[in-house]
Amino acid sequence: MDINWFKYSAPSTFYGLAGKLVPFFAIPAAVLFAIGMYIGFFVAPMDAVQGEAYRIIFIHVPASILSMFLYLIMAGYAALGLIFNTRLSSMMATALAPTGALFAFISLWTGALWGKPMWGAWWVWDARLTSELILLFLYFGFIALHASIDDPRRADRAAALLAIVGSVNVPIIYFSVKWWNTLHQGSTIKFTGTSMHIAMQQAMFVTLLACWMYAVAVTLVRVRSIILDRERTTQWVSELKEIA
Amino acid sequence: MNHLSIMNLLVLVVKRDLLLAMRRRADVLTILVFFILIVSLFPLGVGPEMDMLRKMAPGVLWVAALLASMLSLGRLFSADYLDGTLEQMMLAPQSLSVLVLGKMFSHWVVSGLPLVLMAPVLGLQFDMPVEALLVLMFGLFLGTPILSMLGAIGAALTLGLRGGGVLLSLLVLPLCIPVLIFGSGAVEAVSSGLSVTSNLSLIAALLMLCLVFTPWVTAQALRISME
Repeated sequence: MDINWFKYSAPSTFYGLAGKLVPFFAIPAAVLFAIGMYIGFFVAPMDAVQGEAYRIIFIHVPASILSMFLYLIMAGYAALGLIFNTRLSSMMATALAPTGALFAFISLWTGALWGKPMWGAWWVWDARLTSELILLFLYFGFIALHASIDDPRRADRAAALLAIVGSVNVPIIYFSVKWWNTLHQGSTIKFTGTSMHIAMQQAMFVTLLACWMYAVAVTLVRVRSIILDRERTTQWVSELKEIA
Repeated sequence: MNHLSIMNLLVLVVKRDLLLAMRRRADVLTILVFFILIVSLFPLGVGPEMDMLRKMAPGVLWVAALLASMLSLGRLFSADYLDGTLEQMMLAPQSLSVLVLGKMFSHWVVSGLPLVLMAPVLGLQFDMPVEALLVLMFGLFLGTPILSMLGAIGAALTLGLRGGGVLLSLLVLPLCIPVLIFGSGAVEAVSSGLSVTSNLSLIAALLMLCLVFTPWVTAQALRISME
């Protein structure tokens, strides 16, 4: 059977596919989030040391993980767009950036809420907090550079280059900040077993999955509007029934 | 002209840029005055206690150097861009990366080197001991070229954009954080009697990394901006 692998790399075909895919990610996101919150609030036991305040990790940890992964995915799409000159890849990168920035912000915010009862301070200059803050600035830089260039093709390529330079820099920044100061507690989940209660783990993995689903759904919705915006002069857009 | 070797090209670009800079000496001096001014503002802002100032000095000097180098980055390519020279340079059969490297080097000589030479004088205002001053100077000597090189990427990406200056800082400053950390870390290490080699080696490593990659990345950025 001959499959055309590149069929959906054209914005005009992907627009329809993305529209069909959105509910498959949006509905699981809502359901998984509800389940995760239920386990997190009613099933998972109180933490022996941190009391009830620890429950914020059920949003904090997924948000932090996603903020970092989304940057890499964004840089990956941007690189694809730069190398192969595919319009859709650049559009995906542009669509991912606000979601990534949102998760970085949520991660910082919930971290501050957790830090106040635990460390006695809203903010400490700890390695992970600082590098998360820098990550947020990298997202802002990407969005700002893209927004300030009028020609979308040039904006795509310039922002792509910035994202690639940024992703090379992320580990350097992370280690430099880590050697500079470390106060944050070490990772609780390691590949060699964990010290967490099973219900806490379940809640965290379920909310992590929910956040992934949410990120995909929102990105697809956003890429649809970007496609419409960029292709507004084309024939196929004017023939869409939601336009006419 | 086709037989121009890489070294000749480099010398040619550096000579031309330095000559242009010498014709407009005010630009160079403005950056230096800005650097001195920023550093002098800190004691006025936080108070004249020498113990505190001595502790703050490396960080203040490094942050001021970072800001001063941001200030001059906008001019790195813009003059050549506006009068069309940059376009001619890109059409030339020589390597654009080498050309860019030459421009980075002359930018550093004009805007980075004066800061390195000025830093010990300002450090004395903060009552820094002599060995700390030497480490600070050496750190700045290794670190300011990195600022010029990373900054060149940002300058190339924001070429000809409105509001370029602020945007440039937003793009470049986060990338410069490791240099700041290792640079002021080296001075703090020598002040507390530790070895400075780890911090300085890391800056030198970053310098080598930038030397290899940033000219090429900047050349790509220029191609994107100019097409």
